[in-house]
Amino acid sequence: MNETSLVVKVGIADLKVVKAPDLIRTSGLGSCVGVIVYDPSKKIAGLSHVLLPDSALAKQAKLNVYKYADTAIPYLVNSLLEKGARKYALKAKMAGGAQMFQFSSGSDIMRIGPRNVEAVEKQLAEFRIPVIASDVGGNAGRTIEFDPETSQLKIRKVNKEEFYI
Amino acid sequence: MEFLQLTTMQKDVLREIGNIGAGNAATSLSTLLNKKIEMKVPSVSIVGFDEIMELTGGSEETIVCLLFRIQGEAPGTVYLIFTIEEAEYFVKELTNDPDFSLFHSEQENEMALSALQEIGNIVTGSYLTALSDFTKINMQPSVPYLGIDMAGAVLTVGLLELSQVSDYAIVIDTEISHDGTEEGIQGNFFLLPDPESFAKIFSALGINDYE
Repeated sequence: MNETSLVVKVGIADLKVVKAPDLIRTSGLGSCVGVIVYDPSKKIAGLSHVLLPDSALAKQAKLNVYKYADTAIPYLVNSLLEKGARKYALKAKMAGGAQMFQFSSGSDIMRIGPRNVEAVEKQLAEFRIPVIASDVGGNAGRTIEFDPETSQLKIRKVNKEEFYI
Repeated sequence: MEFLQLTTMQKDVLREIGNIGAGNAATSLSTLLNKKIEMKVPSVSIVGFDEIMELTGGSEETIVCLLFRIQGEAPGTVYLIFTIEEAEYFVKELTNDPDFSLFHSEQENEMALSALQEIGNIVTGSYLTALSDFTKINMQPSVPYLGIDMAGAVLTVGLLELSQVSDYAIVIDTEISHDGTEEGIQGNFFLLPDPESFAKIFSALGINDYE
């Protein structure tokens, strides 16, 4: 067999689903959260790059469901089920939710990182999807890449060694 | 409010704002470094969030940026963006330390970081003063926030207000450059007005066909 694997890139407020041997990746996560929901034995995984916690914040006529934790995760779970993942087997890994700048004025929008993490965790809990590993918070940007074959999530930060969770 | 289109007139006004602001900023940078600094005609573009990161070389690229929140009647965010090499060049010039490096030193060099913030303060201060004089809108910069990280991570912060309203941002991008030496420097100014600020800027300048 001579399969070549692609690295599928997910942008900001975007969402995609891949099957092994393809990899899925998103770069430059700051306060955003990258959440991967996967079925380890079917080797299928979806990555959502969540920008904001709650679609109730939206002041937009046409809602972008990929942008908010509370709309992106249900959509992500559905897309996975449609592609053959089994609901009871779903697991999650997540990274991001950093606080890039230490703002002195405590405006709510500025602590968006921790709020994104909370919102994603809440959604996953509602679907009863266990979070197997996470690397959230801090004040550094992250680039993440998930391999559905091994269920490993590779994380890179600026001037740090890459590591897997 | 979605702003997928701007009239030519509106674009011209925004370009002029970038021009006036960066012109003043280039002058003060030039005084600070005692070097000739040039600037390009600003570009005004309506871009998706991913495209903004592309303007600085991709979302994973490490950049040095100084972020200022603009407070006052027309809130927004200003970024002054350099590559690592450019930022190091500035610090070397200002501190007379030819061996300075942002990452290779044992610990963060506080003096150098503070020099960078000061550059940001002076340059952005003159950018905003010019803007404010031109539009007669009161704009106050916050203290500088220095970020050295992936472009995607640091630039998203400036998009958060906007992202609740739109999937696009209006970026007024001005490049400043200095080609006098081998280590030519180049920086970018990004001005990202908050959504509600556009109407104020346009009406302050007598353009009323903005909805």
